[in-house]
Amino acid sequence: MNDVITLAHGEGGRLYRELVEQVFVPAFDNPALRRLGDSALCANYGGRLALTTDSFVVRPRFFPGGDIGRLAVCGTVNDLAVSGAEPMYLTCAMILEAGLSIAELARVCASMAAAAGEAGVSIVTGDTKVVEKGSGDGIFINTAGVGLFRRQPLTQRIEPGDVILVSGSVGEHGLAVLAAREELGFQPPLCSDAAPLNGLIDCLLQAVPETHALRDATRGGLAAVVNEWAASCGLTVEIDEAAVPVGPQVRSACRLLGLDPLFSANEGKVAAAVPEAKAAAALAAWKKHPLGKEAAVIGRAEAGPPRAVLVTAIGTRRLLLLPEGEQLPRIC
Amino acid sequence: MAEISAVPSALYEDKRLIAELASRIGDSLRHPLTIMEVCGTHTMSIAEASLRSLLPAELRLISGPGCPVCVTDPTLISSALALARLPQVILTTFGDMLRVPAGDMSLRSLGEQGADIRLALSPLDALELAQKEPERQVVFFAVGFETTAPLTASTLELARELGLNNFSVLSAHKTMPAALRSLLGGAVQVGGLLCPGHVAAVTGADSFGFVSRELHLPAAVAGFSPVDILLAVAAIVEMSEAGQAQLVNCYKRAVKPQGNLVARQVLDRVFEPCDALWRGLGLIPGSGLAIRPEFAAFDAARRFQAEIAAAPVYRDHPDCRCGEVLRGELPPEDCPLFGGSCTPRQPCGACMVSSEGSCAAAYRYGEVKP
Repeated sequence: MNDVITLAHGEGGRLYRELVEQVFVPAFDNPALRRLGDSALCANYGGRLALTTDSFVVRPRFFPGGDIGRLAVCGTVNDLAVSGAEPMYLTCAMILEAGLSIAELARVCASMAAAAGEAGVSIVTGDTKVVEKGSGDGIFINTAGVGLFRRQPLTQRIEPGDVILVSGSVGEHGLAVLAAREELGFQPPLCSDAAPLNGLIDCLLQAVPETHALRDATRGGLAAVVNEWAASCGLTVEIDEAAVPVGPQVRSACRLLGLDPLFSANEGKVAAAVPEAKAAAALAAWKKHPLGKEAAVIGRAEAGPPRAVLVTAIGTRRLLLLPEGEQLPRIC
Repeated sequence: MAEISAVPSALYEDKRLIAELASRIGDSLRHPLTIMEVCGTHTMSIAEASLRSLLPAELRLISGPGCPVCVTDPTLISSALALARLPQVILTTFGDMLRVPAGDMSLRSLGEQGADIRLALSPLDALELAQKEPERQVVFFAVGFETTAPLTASTLELARELGLNNFSVLSAHKTMPAALRSLLGGAVQVGGLLCPGHVAAVTGADSFGFVSRELHLPAAVAGFSPVDILLAVAAIVEMSEAGQAQLVNCYKRAVKPQGNLVARQVLDRVFEPCDALWRGLGLIPGSGLAIRPEFAAFDAARRFQAEIAAAPVYRDHPDCRCGEVLRGELPPEDCPLFGGSCTPRQPCGACMVSSEGSCAAAYRYGEVKP
């Protein structure tokens, strides 16, 4: 491991996993932590309490389709929801840099309140610290979320024969933030998909309680989710590139910049693994929800070496590998 | 700035057409054949679409020095690092240059330490930045072949027109034909050349005529969709089997025999040929583009001559074999660093950094082996 923290440690790939496995888990080790889920299941309370936390740093703070506040609420709500829990309460801790305009802070808070309203959760406590100018980046937000398991927590184990679905078109958030940060000036602007997914997930779990696994396709995109499932469950997961919904804007921007929509982050898309017999019901449940209109069946899990395989748009097959390093626009 | 509208025609990814071309290639091929491509976008398209899996095993597609980022020598990156360290300088460059290692440094790691290094999609972005930041010196670190060099050239003309005194370009621009002569006249065993469609769109199909005339290799100018590439491969295979060495233009919708005259003229007005260092190929006479004396005021190599001369020069990782990969002598997977200590996240060599590099392509788009 490198001896100092680099930006690459924050990108969610191999270095990040090493940090978790070699520093955090040994330090805090306990049964609830060891599952390393999106939220922890706290068994002391009858196994019904779900707890999660997430910190948010994003530059720029405002981008088409969202802002750091909306991301904070949606990210925390979604971490609870993909565990199968019903999000109830959030906390909001802010580290503010001296010099930040109060109007801007109020705008972020209004956005958090609106997103909490969409998700049906309340932000019930908070904390504020201010650091010297130059010691922060305007606003850092940490949110913790508490939820209740009203049904059995998901096993998060995919099984041979499972069908993989995604709730809508992929890649939007990552490209929207990249375009805003680098001032790429696309017209019309690329919009982030940041949205609370608890309603969409509840729809699915009501229709298909047999759902095996759910994961929001954030950092590392859909490719990271599929790779994690393949590795953790020891199965081959095959994805059909032509079936993965990608909007025309994202597709064109990716071609222009040399990026891959499957690796680009989402903040409002979830992937699901369901038994084959339930795939049609799962798809129908999502398509009825406003956030799931573009949901699609995109692949399946099979017994085989643990790997993700992509069937390309022209019918050839190649490995879909875990994203490495941040995606940077290429030269031409 | 950029208009998002172009969705490529479905025809170029048509499964039936692709199957027909693949079987035409399989039927024509009687002898083992190695075809080299020298364009990063070809490298990526071939890997992304997994085209090799459609072709007979006796037909090898190998990647030459077609990625402009990969062929940028560490000495030039050392110069860019030296400029980025100057407090008055904002260094701008294309995204994939940021992570290219020179020794244990890269522009990105220098940026993490506080240097002002920014990503640009175009030299025009850098020029705009110079207008917005009149107190700072904005340097654009320009890499690329004939495809990107015209844009740098017209940006320099614009800078002169605007009378900017805080904008300059560090040119690592290179030209393809001289490098190809040097490479294909050497030890590499190549039986055919897939010519880069983007370069040819500027320089003209005729600029690759020497490949067939002088080097006696069948060659085809190719576009970038699976159908485009397979069409050109089929043409090369058929010529090779018939014992012919010609240049065929399989990308006529974009490439004219004389190329893009306006782009060639602006290149000539601003740049002149110079000897250039290529990573892996060494010094190739006449293969670089230096800024002409008329534009000396905008030439970072002149403006910061003393600072560049005083700066440390970084060297490649001692076990890095990017040179052999760039010459098409070593498949990426056979480099001892590949996938171990050299990955896209922590690259030792340039071919792993750039999204167009052959190592990155081999790593990112792995073949499915049973």
